Amino acid sequence: MKAKVHVYLKPGVLDVQGKAIEGALHGLGWRDVSDVRVGKTIEFEVSGSDRAKAEAEAKAMAEKLLANTVIESFRVEVA
Amino acid sequence: MRASVVVFPGSNCDRDCATAVERSTGAKVDMVWHQDSELPEGTDLIVLPGGFSYGDYLRCGAMAAQSPIMQAVKAAGERGVAVVGVCNGFQILCEAGMLPGALLRNARLKYICKAVDLEIVNAQTRFTAGYVGRREARMTIGNGEGNFFADEQTLDRLEGEGQVVFRYKGENPNGSARNIAGIVNERGNVLGMMPHPDRAFEHELGSADGAILFQSVMASA
Repeated sequence: MKAKVHVYLKPGVLDVQGKAIEGALHGLGWRDVSDVRVGKTIEFEVSGSDRAKAEAEAKAMAEKLLANTVIESFRVEVA
Repeated sequence: MRASVVVFPGSNCDRDCATAVERSTGAKVDMVWHQDSELPEGTDLIVLPGGFSYGDYLRCGAMAAQSPIMQAVKAAGERGVAVVGVCNGFQILCEAGMLPGALLRNARLKYICKAVDLEIVNAQTRFTAGYVGRREARMTIGNGEGNFFADEQTLDRLEGEGQVVFRYKGENPNGSARNIAGIVNERGNVLGMMPHPDRAFEHELGSADGAILFQSVMASA
């Protein structure tokens, strides 16, 4: 099964990369864009076919390593 | 006296830390590989050095914080052994949950490499008692992710409990909350700081204020 963990900085945490990208987009003419945030997706294969178990394990991986829950929130997706 | 400098893949300030501790305090320094499960017996000070452990992949210090040796470092910290995390070492201590908060990308995105004047906010910690009446120290910073962040409640608690040890004087180089440059844990034995005492241990380097920090903590061991 394919698992995806989407990690984003929590709202209220300064996203300097997002700000830089916003500036670049404005410079290219897309001036209606605001509040750009940059996240990351970590995807991996999990063996087995128990979807609920895979989701729970991906969540545990996110809490332990893939996300820093002081500053990031995450969303798990298992196909 | 003995000190351990932990070496992670990508650490690059480990040898400077060893030299700084040796020359400042005369302690015997052991270099400890991150895959080891134990620290040398009788370690009085553990140093997590600066650098780019794991290439800063995922997040700075995130994977280093899960290294086998960190179990021993945490246990030693819980026993009251002194731990200093410098730069990447500070990031590792936060990721390991040994210190609160996190280090974000510098507010203006640039990697900042320069000398900074620090205010010694708490001169009563094991690390700063040696400054004896001095309110300032001069060291250098060199980092791209030195922007200290914690929620307002945590920041209030850190300030209220005397856990803020160093603050940047004058211009805040990286956007750190409340100009925080270094903090200790509640117990006062674990210090994380972005400036480099390992680059300020003798006058030829521009400042010997880092030597005072190492001497101070060794005297308290």
